[in-house]
Amino acid sequence: MTLIDAVAAAFGLLWSGDAGLWRIVWVSLSTSLLALLVATPLAIGAAYLIASRTFLGRRVVIWLTQVSLSIPTVLIGLLLYLLLSRHGPAGALHWLFAQPGLVLGQILIALPVLIAFMLAALQGADPALAETAIVLGASRWRVMRTVLQEVRFGAMVAIVNGFGRVISEVGCALMVGGNIAGDTRTITTAIALETSKGEFAQGIALGMVLIALALIVNAGLLRLQGDLR
Amino acid sequence: MTALLHISGLQKRFGARLLLDIPQLAIAPASATVLTGANGVGKSTLLRVLGGLEEAQIDAAYWCGQSVRLTPYASVLRANVLYVHQRAVMFDGSVETNVGYGLVARGIETGTARALVDDALQWAGIAHLRGSRSVHWSGGERQRVALARARVLRPRLLLLDEPAANLDGQAREQVIALIPRLLAEGSSVIMACHDRDLIGLPTVQRLKLMDGRLALRGTVE
Repeated sequence: MTLIDAVAAAFGLLWSGDAGLWRIVWVSLSTSLLALLVATPLAIGAAYLIASRTFLGRRVVIWLTQVSLSIPTVLIGLLLYLLLSRHGPAGALHWLFAQPGLVLGQILIALPVLIAFMLAALQGADPALAETAIVLGASRWRVMRTVLQEVRFGAMVAIVNGFGRVISEVGCALMVGGNIAGDTRTITTAIALETSKGEFAQGIALGMVLIALALIVNAGLLRLQGDLR
Repeated sequence: MTALLHISGLQKRFGARLLLDIPQLAIAPASATVLTGANGVGKSTLLRVLGGLEEAQIDAAYWCGQSVRLTPYASVLRANVLYVHQRAVMFDGSVETNVGYGLVARGIETGTARALVDDALQWAGIAHLRGSRSVHWSGGERQRVALARARVLRPRLLLLDEPAANLDGQAREQVIALIPRLLAEGSSVIMACHDRDLIGLPTVQRLKLMDGRLALRGTVE
């Protein structure tokens, strides 16, 4: 099969509304967004605390956050596999080869990126900003909201990166999700499987959908981000 | 007369260095105090301590005769004392958002807040900033917004950190001109500044900060 044939077949699959294909897309999108929905508030809270407080071991926490960016997703997958496998410490949850395990993996993958980028954005803010809010009588929550509002461009960069990392990740999804058709088969694990079988059309179709999703989601985030000019 | 703010035994250290060592400081109601001294001598630090943005060792503090704490900063002080940065920071958004920030934070009802903001915009001569975003304002406009944002909360004590230091010409004049009007409305002002900025102020208590100590340099009529 030539590349052109494969691409034509891919469009055919997308056009025909192939149920299996759109199910895979839905699993990828829904688990990624759910993972971001859980991870983002946690990351905002953690990054804000690290940025606004002085405490013993603060630099160590920043160091470890940045180190965790280098951890390969397969390693996170391996650790989760051991944790969630039947005889593992969290085996009773039955999350291995199921969507909760998939989402948990994506949360763990997203957190370091989100925290590191949020922290960079917050550290770049003028300290006088929070002080002005405090002086004007803002509560802690309002101060936090004000500062986040001011650094929203950087905060959105963090979320865009987090989304990019979880939607494109394959190692952990394969190990923890198990690539089960209709349940934990994501765009990336499906592409890996189809390619290994020599079925390029579905892989290309899914790749195109992934890029289309990235375009749409990023356009939405860009709108939220606002333009600083 | 009971002092608005009375502080005794204020010390601020940075490591081994004793930056501030002030046995007594009293600020009268509706009074102007000018704080001069070389750069780096601690003028900003003193104002920031008084404004609750920095901690210091303090033996005793009284607000209108009532004993108060500066760490954690007493709510009566937060409600009545307002520090304005040397380079005022604007929140991204409109002039109404900026000037009304403290009113919203204090839970003032929207209609009342809007009227107060309108009044403050007129007062500071910044009504022309309506409809523009803070990123487009000049340095002088920002300082006037900062003063309006503070004044709208009717603080009893304003701590102004070199409010005109980065300005010159008309912009500087416009900012300086607002200060006597704050006094006329009954606020006390402590202003860190250089001597040239004293022009145009009414009766002023002059304090000079040197080697951590405050010296009274007389009163200028």
